[in-house]
Amino acid sequence: MDFERFKVHGEPLIYGAMISIALATIGIIIGLTYFKKWGYLWREWLTTVDHKRIGVMYILAALLMLFRGGVDAMMMRLQTAAPEMKFLDAQHYNEVFTTHGLIMILFMAMPFIIGLMNVIVPLQIGARDVAFPRLNAVSFWLFFFGAMLLNISFVIGGSPDAGWSAYFPLASLEFSPTVGNNYYSLALQISGIGTLLTGVNFIVTILKMRAPGMKLMKMPMFIWSALLTNVIIVFAFPVLTVALALMMFDRLFGSQFFTMSNGGMDMLWANLFWVWGHPEVYIVILPAFGIYSEIIATFSKKNLYGYTSMVFSMVIISLLSFLVWAHHFYTMGQGAMVNGFFSITTMAIAVPTGVKIFNWLFTLRKGRITFTTPMLYTLAFIPIFTIGGVTGVMLAMASADYQYHNTMFLVAHFHYVLIPGAVFAVIAGFHYWFPKVFGFRLNDRLGRHAFWWIAISFNVTFFPLFLLGLMGMTRRTYTYSAETGFGPLNSLSFVGAVGLCIGFVILVYNIYWSTRYMPKDTNGDPWDGRTLEWATNSPIPAYNFAIVPKVQTRDAFWTSKVDNIPLFEEKITKIHMPSNTGKPFIMGVIFFIFGFSMVFSLWIPAILAAVGIVIVMATMSFDRDHGFYISAEEVIATEKKLRGETV
Amino acid sequence: MKIDASKPLEYSTEENSNKIFGFWVFLGAEIALFATLFTVYLVMVNRFASGPSGPEIFEIGPVLYETFLLLSSSFTIGLAVHAMRHGYKKAMMVFIGITLLMGLAFAGIEVMEFLTYIHEGATLQTSGFLSSLFVLLGTHGAHVSFGLLWGGAILIQLWRQGINPATANKTFIFSLYWHFLDIVWIFIFSFVYLKGLM
Repeated sequence: MDFERFKVHGEPLIYGAMISIALATIGIIIGLTYFKKWGYLWREWLTTVDHKRIGVMYILAALLMLFRGGVDAMMMRLQTAAPEMKFLDAQHYNEVFTTHGLIMILFMAMPFIIGLMNVIVPLQIGARDVAFPRLNAVSFWLFFFGAMLLNISFVIGGSPDAGWSAYFPLASLEFSPTVGNNYYSLALQISGIGTLLTGVNFIVTILKMRAPGMKLMKMPMFIWSALLTNVIIVFAFPVLTVALALMMFDRLFGSQFFTMSNGGMDMLWANLFWVWGHPEVYIVILPAFGIYSEIIATFSKKNLYGYTSMVFSMVIISLLSFLVWAHHFYTMGQGAMVNGFFSITTMAIAVPTGVKIFNWLFTLRKGRITFTTPMLYTLAFIPIFTIGGVTGVMLAMASADYQYHNTMFLVAHFHYVLIPGAVFAVIAGFHYWFPKVFGFRLNDRLGRHAFWWIAISFNVTFFPLFLLGLMGMTRRTYTYSAETGFGPLNSLSFVGAVGLCIGFVILVYNIYWSTRYMPKDTNGDPWDGRTLEWATNSPIPAYNFAIVPKVQTRDAFWTSKVDNIPLFEEKITKIHMPSNTGKPFIMGVIFFIFGFSMVFSLWIPAILAAVGIVIVMATMSFDRDHGFYISAEEVIATEKKLRGETV
Repeated sequence: MKIDASKPLEYSTEENSNKIFGFWVFLGAEIALFATLFTVYLVMVNRFASGPSGPEIFEIGPVLYETFLLLSSSFTIGLAVHAMRHGYKKAMMVFIGITLLMGLAFAGIEVMEFLTYIHEGATLQTSGFLSSLFVLLGTHGAHVSFGLLWGGAILIQLWRQGINPATANKTFIFSLYWHFLDIVWIFIFSFVYLKGLM
């Protein structure tokens, strides 16, 4: 066998990454052995089917990926900070911007949001778990090992380097002969299957497992956003599945889908990619809208203004998200009629989005606003996101887009939408729901410090890119000469990026500080919340609710507090729970082996792994595990303990 | 586990009815998957470059056998579910067995068909048209083959456990899957073969 293929040469930075990965792995293994935590890790986390623990693992993985994607971003900003920088070479820069995009969208924003959905959706609808807890574990491990597969590409064989959109013919074997884009097709495929299963799971959970009395139009806004997001996932992800499969066939088996000869059609890739890719944007944005709606209502002490119009605007956004994909390539020659159509549908999305912005503003109006950390992120989101939206409408005009296309203006635009839209939202949601999961709040003073660093530095980083784009700087350029005049604004952008780093360091330090020093919450409702997740204890017991709540109104917990409507009327009885299982984890490992073998065309291990996957599925089918019961006495004892009473 | 006797066995617990609904949602995703594959095929159908076109390689004979086998197997899986509702374990297993045998024959003919194409020099690598043809038919064929393993596993469980809420639920979901593959085949028959032969 030819071991040269596995090596990556040349860059001292990559050798550094290899050493740090090896050291971190050894450190984790020694740490787990020294503290005798292997059993704990296996029993409590790797085999868990509890939606809360799975959610926490999603969020941990997302934070890890945020670090990785952030380092990529810093390297890019440093490389372009001054003319003729010699920090990265062209190839390394290509790999870095490709993995930055992939990781931030697919392995940071999506899992962070799916993690929050995992933790919160069953609680907000008053359910004891998701509809299919074991499938949920399968989803997580497929996502996790897909992410790992993409991450090892950096040190084994080489990263994908044709941009996160991997346009053909550039991404074909002919023009990208390294294994990088094989990693792309397989890593995304594996985690994509996990995401699709999540979509199915949450649709069933939300439609079939709501607490009695919670009609569709009484659901919290976050639940509505999660439902629509998962509907988009179910219809958009199969397109990605097909696109990636065709890419794999082209690269590994010599088929002719996206080639330049023999009847292949390279534009087919661009169409398939964006038919998935644009709904994908809304998959990360809609739940963010849901999170903001919850936070604004809670910290304005008002019910959400225009609930019905909020729901309908999200439905319209979801439908339109499937009808705008060609605006990503106006300049690729599909003619005026087609461009005109996609121009109009794209601008139409601004209408329901505008409705939402006004509803949030009207919710704030005359509210008793408290400026907590999650609320600060929400308030910053509204104006910054509006800048992103308005520049989006500028880009939507096909004729004008010929000027902006593939410039830094576009880069600035989508960072202005995605960072306040998705990143601020998950940080806000993280601060907001943290006390629910761990039983204590994050420190507000440190949180505000981090917020101001992040919010100001964000604008310092990305606003100059609008101007650079208008000056004619194209995206994905790894260097430029001093005569272009791009130097000063790029330097300013780098300063902003450093500020963002400082903000995130404070955010992480806050988690450490609060874990050590913040007092425990005892009533489970630190923010005076409105929805059902605050009606149970913090941290949440394994069974979520000792008694299944009965819902009569929107904001059920709020009305139960204000109007004294009892939520929990029945008596505590024994509770049925699903048992833990290690099979989803094992399946993830085998999928990883399968993906890795396919990347390097190692057919025999790939076939063995494929057989292994079928065997694990069969053993899961033959399982006759009906779970177990927690007795009523045990539930009562747990409830008392969580409320701080003596048993 | 609460069993609601007023509903058919396969729907009788909350978990069962969630699983059936979940599978319908999954079939929605499968529709999106095959719709994308059909779109790719229809985009590629005239892009046969220097290779053969559809009318040059398609033969109606094997395709009619495949169609006959798959449509009949959809009928027999329906009979299996009917037998299940009446509690006839043996009849149910026989009908599932016949379904799987017909599925196996279908897969066998499809493999022969692929071998014939390859023998005639029409391979996955020849042209955009043939790539899309092989991947569309292959995806359907892979689904049928997976169904054979799945149906086999259900047969073993039926044989060991008899008809209970769990096995009834699995059989019912499997029947949905099988009918779905049948519908996809009708589209393949119409839009690939009939259109290609005209």
